[in-house]
Amino acid sequence: MKIKRILSLMLRHLYLIKASVPRIIDLIYWPTVQIILWGFVSKFFTMHSSYFNNTAGIILSAAILYDFLFRSSISYNMLFLEEIWSRNLINLFVSPLKVGEIVIALTCTALLRTLIGLVPAVLIAIPLFGISLLELGYPLILLLLSLYIFGITLGLLVTSGLVRFGPSFENIAWASLFFIAPIGCIYYPVEILPTWLQPVALALPLAHIFEETRSILIHHTVNYSNIYYALSLNAVYLSIALLTFYQSFKSAKVKGSLINVGE
Amino acid sequence: MNKLEIQQLEKKFGEFEAVKKISFSIASNQTVALLGPNGCGKTTTIAMILGLITPTSGSITINNQLLGKEHHYLSKMNFASPYVELPKKLKVIENLKVYAMMYEVDDSNNKIEQLIEELNLAPILYKKTGELSSGQRNRVSLAKAIINDPEILLLDEPTASLDPDTGDFIRTFLENYKKKNSMATLLASHNMDEVTRLSDYVLMMKEGSIIDEGTATHLIQKHGREDLEEVFLKLARQK
Repeated sequence: MKIKRILSLMLRHLYLIKASVPRIIDLIYWPTVQIILWGFVSKFFTMHSSYFNNTAGIILSAAILYDFLFRSSISYNMLFLEEIWSRNLINLFVSPLKVGEIVIALTCTALLRTLIGLVPAVLIAIPLFGISLLELGYPLILLLLSLYIFGITLGLLVTSGLVRFGPSFENIAWASLFFIAPIGCIYYPVEILPTWLQPVALALPLAHIFEETRSILIHHTVNYSNIYYALSLNAVYLSIALLTFYQSFKSAKVKGSLINVGE
Repeated sequence: MNKLEIQQLEKKFGEFEAVKKISFSIASNQTVALLGPNGCGKTTTIAMILGLITPTSGSITINNQLLGKEHHYLSKMNFASPYVELPKKLKVIENLKVYAMMYEVDDSNNKIEQLIEELNLAPILYKKTGELSSGQRNRVSLAKAIINDPEILLLDEPTASLDPDTGDFIRTFLENYKKKNSMATLLASHNMDEVTRLSDYVLMMKEGSIIDEGTATHLIQKHGREDLEEVFLKLARQK
């Protein structure tokens, strides 16, 4: 594992971001619109729902956290797709870069990309809606970490598909998070789901993360078991995703599909 | 000393045998050309040497070290092909900086300066790579391919789709570069003049096998033809 090689791939993507103002605007625009929209929805519910009336900001906080997950995963996919679109993947695969170094470089760059988009939107929410994520206190760090790991996990699974099946897998990249959102219990408690679906939801880190967010904001108590479950499940899913990623590389090399990924 | 040694290398895709137990070697400072019709296994062979395709059987030895699951030699190898592009939205200088860093080039600024000079990249240095003509892009790809002073260079049709002048520029550059640097080169090309001019040894491939080999002069004499193109046509059409 060489830091210089990891930095080289990060530099390649930083040059790309830096070179295009529309690209930076695009990164900031969608989270901002999302947060403004959910800010007004949140304000409405706060005024008209007994569940939310004393807990301004639950929906908006959940929206911000979900967007953080969404941006992390999409950023990871985008960085990989960027290499496919520019037909540069072969150059990376024949360079001394190891697969692990590619994963780390994309993970770090995805975080940077996510923060470029989300930080301005989060800052806008403070004066506009009087809501700050910092109200979640120091557990916020663990919640964000959990979300980020899950976002990267999904990104890894999608990129495994891209390596294995080629660019035709691209549509899955865009749709991946929408598959999981309904059972992620982002805006509602797990109990809302049909009984048979609840174990499925609880098998994902998302349900625990958003349960914990509501617990902190509504009851002002930190339930570490939720955080523990989320991080443990993340460790399992991340391990599976990494194995899948390595396996897809191995399989692509045997099938010879690696040389066609960029075409 | 052989820099690269291929022994009984074979690749099967299901029932289809893309490369059929071929063997050859390339010494330091030797250029070996792989000649053959489309689909004869040239690209698959190059891809196996680069670690992009796992061979079904056989061995690849680089610098007397057998290539295992982990490719240990990629930092001292490089590759160029007009079918593989550098990031289009990055400026030429940015691409060179990224790849110099990726290959951990010592004194990278100096190396980049040298490449700019030798490949006449100064006028296009701050242009986006995607905005360049195919000839200019080819020069940049070549700069990337030698940025790490490779001990083994693999070139897949390096002058395909170039005008004669640009093609000649690239060939002259490669000739001069080889004089100054000890490097084993594997060249896959359909341009017979290029092969005659650049290679020390020629491997003729057909349907996954090496069907003949020797120096260009030897092959021309052996088959009683005027030039390598005629030899190619004879062997390619032979049933």
